[in-house]
Amino acid sequence: MAQGARSPLRGRGGPTRIDPVRMWVIAAAVVCGLGALVWTLAAGFADTQVALAFGVLIAVGELVRITLPGRRETAPIASAGAIGYALLADIGGRPVHHSAEQVVAVVALGLALGELPHIAVGRGPRWSDLSRRLLTAVALAAAFRPFADLLSPAPRDWWLTLAVMIALVLAAWCVDAALAALIRAERVGTRISVALRDEFRAQFGIGMAIGATGILISLACTATGLVGLLVFIAPLLVTQVAFRRFADIRLTYLQTVRALSRVTEVGGYVEAGHSRRVSELATAIGCELGMRESELRELEYAALMHDIGQLSLRDPIASGATVLAAPREQRRIAELGSAIIRETGVLDPVAELVRRQCEGCEGDGAAGPPPLGSRIIKVANAFDDLVGESVDPDRGEAVLERLRMDSGGEYDPEVVEAAARALHRARPRW
Amino acid sequence: MRSLPVAARLYVGLVVLSALAVLAAGPYSGIEPVTLVLLAVLFLVAESISTMVDNGGGEGDRTGISPSSSAALAAVVLTGPVGAAVVGFCSVLVVLRRQNLVKRFFNGAQFALAGYAAGHAYLLLGGRMGVPDRDDFPWIVLPYTAAILVHTAVNGALIAGLLRCLGVLQLRRPGRMRWRPVVGLELASLGYAMLGLLIAAIWDLVGLFAVLLVLLPLFIARWAFYQYVAEQHAHDATLATLAQAVETKDYYTRGHCMRVSKASGMIAQELGLSAERVRNVRYAGMLHDIGKLGVPTKVLQKSGGLTEEEFAAIQLHPMRGYEIVREIGFLDEALAGIMHHHEKMNGRGYPMGLAGEDIPECARIVSVADVFDCITSTRSYRKARSVEEAVAELRRCAGEQFDPRMVEALVRAVERDGWDPPVDIEPPDDGADVAQQDHDDPSVPLRVAGEGDR
Repeated sequence: MAQGARSPLRGRGGPTRIDPVRMWVIAAAVVCGLGALVWTLAAGFADTQVALAFGVLIAVGELVRITLPGRRETAPIASAGAIGYALLADIGGRPVHHSAEQVVAVVALGLALGELPHIAVGRGPRWSDLSRRLLTAVALAAAFRPFADLLSPAPRDWWLTLAVMIALVLAAWCVDAALAALIRAERVGTRISVALRDEFRAQFGIGMAIGATGILISLACTATGLVGLLVFIAPLLVTQVAFRRFADIRLTYLQTVRALSRVTEVGGYVEAGHSRRVSELATAIGCELGMRESELRELEYAALMHDIGQLSLRDPIASGATVLAAPREQRRIAELGSAIIRETGVLDPVAELVRRQCEGCEGDGAAGPPPLGSRIIKVANAFDDLVGESVDPDRGEAVLERLRMDSGGEYDPEVVEAAARALHRARPRW
Repeated sequence: MRSLPVAARLYVGLVVLSALAVLAAGPYSGIEPVTLVLLAVLFLVAESISTMVDNGGGEGDRTGISPSSSAALAAVVLTGPVGAAVVGFCSVLVVLRRQNLVKRFFNGAQFALAGYAAGHAYLLLGGRMGVPDRDDFPWIVLPYTAAILVHTAVNGALIAGLLRCLGVLQLRRPGRMRWRPVVGLELASLGYAMLGLLIAAIWDLVGLFAVLLVLLPLFIARWAFYQYVAEQHAHDATLATLAQAVETKDYYTRGHCMRVSKASGMIAQELGLSAERVRNVRYAGMLHDIGKLGVPTKVLQKSGGLTEEEFAAIQLHPMRGYEIVREIGFLDEALAGIMHHHEKMNGRGYPMGLAGEDIPECARIVSVADVFDCITSTRSYRKARSVEEAVAELRRCAGEQFDPRMVEALVRAVERDGWDPPVDIEPPDDGADVAQQDHDDPSVPLRVAGEGDR
């Protein structure tokens, strides 16, 4: 976070809102976990060794959890372990008889144990994601455990067992993704359909890997006994490493663009914190207008770098406020910036957004109206240029009013209204 | 084939012949044909999707790890040494990679020999050919691990032999081996190899479906690795472009950051730093002058003596650069390099006046590379000078300004790999001001009014 940068999106709009769906999910997880634990303690653990082995696996998996792009926390190994334990029918030929409640209790204990070191060093979990991990296990165990004895993978009709397992895991995964989408829609203020699609896209790869490994574990334990757990988690570890590296470089990329977009500020071309504020406002508007996650990322990059063309100017324009510069000058800055970004060879869509950021909402010439991202940046930039460092809410209102008056010609009325909504939303962060 | 040296041709011929001999000798009794065909198909699919793993050294320093080892090792368990050799030899049939026939034959023979050797190691330590029983676990892991090690060792030895014949590989001193990426890679391929045991163990239980279930996480891992590599490239390209964008204003220093980055990387490599640190030093070289943006253009381009304030403004640029990039998490060591690249060994540099070993290693490297590029480039007030002159100048200042170790490393690296000085750029014709001095130039130090040279 840039120090001293005032964000138009924070510190407004009254008390922190409580997201009901998220609260319900967490409450459900806590109730299920505690209830199952008490029940199992009263009834006694069946097959203690097996429970212990899976509990340890889940704890270790939770310990090495990763965070995917979009601040999605996931613990592939813990989840695969939970699926494996829920679907387990026998160990090396000896049937196991643990109840659904025991599955939930073991998973809850494992997750809690694995989470303790994280909490101890102050890296607490995202509670909603942790709750979803437990709830997936609850759903799977409740659906499979009562029929586990019937579905023991006998050599003859193994395909039936396999089909049931795959169907159950797919169903559980869909429910999980839907829950995640609801929570996300609530948090960032986007449409549920958009959030659902984003969630499915983001979780598809790792979800498949987790599901396949979970099923494999339960099958492998039939053939090899508990040692299968150790050996067969290795491939998922490889997958997890790959995802972790990807998430790291994603984050680094964002940090780099953020930091380097600040060169215009250090160079005195624009006010301190301008790029950061414009990008935050632009992303919020994009969310309001139901943009997809990949589009939001391009929008964020474009908004961060929208003034980078000024680097090629000999003298900074007065206080860097491009909204006050002559249209011809604005266009030149946009062209120069777009040329710089295009030079990277990997950010062409971003360059296009930057190039067309100063066109009116009808666009000029034959190219038609500029892309939505460009129109959003235009509004966000104008808002920040006109409000500047001021924290006075009335000034913000006045500027919005001015943008509304301009509507139809320069600024897209729909985007201005979305900006007004975004600015009025309070955004709790956790 | 025509371009191959004689030694390499002999070597490839020898390897292929011994593989063929192994295949011809058999025995094939006790091997189920269906199992063999399925395994071969699995091996081919896995081999076709070999994964590229960037192990941090940039271009040309990539090692492919392929999930095919899991199929090869499953073949060791299910079909014994000869079956494993057959499955391995099938990689001749991999057509997706568009390699020439010689290369494919060598690869096939190499996998066949590795599989054969691994099979014998497995049997020797008490492994039993065929689908493992429940009673075989957990002790089967022991011969299986031995099989993995032998497989990896034989593969590696055969490839190393070929590279040696081709003259590509020079034996390195062990101290300069980069162990960390090697260990990481080995762990990853161990994960793949362990999968072979899984395939073998549940082969009877769910047959071909096992193969599908097993391949799924692998496909996904490979997909994620591709995404990672692509994103890494995009990041590097963006970083380089933005760093260059900062210096577009001054025609004479264009490309300076890229060349300093390259020279810094050469020094770091010559010193035998780890791949990760080399990468960091490169970043530091690329971003070292980014803080110049905070120095008013008219100060940078001023001709004649500077006032005290103007000189102070220039001295501030490493700190400014540090402020800009400190939020980029991965830079850690590079940050120190950026902040201290104008420190001198005698303690008379800026911004902190650190001396000797107190200056971070990264900064000492960047400092040498920075000045080297400055001398070998044209400036508005003088022509570029030759590499020899630059080396002489660096040596003159070694000890006082530079760390002699870094200077000598640069000299060695440049002697070996050569150095492309920038092509002369025509100065802009629009009457723009151009810099009349360069803060990097040791032979023409900045002039501060009333104080003589600095």
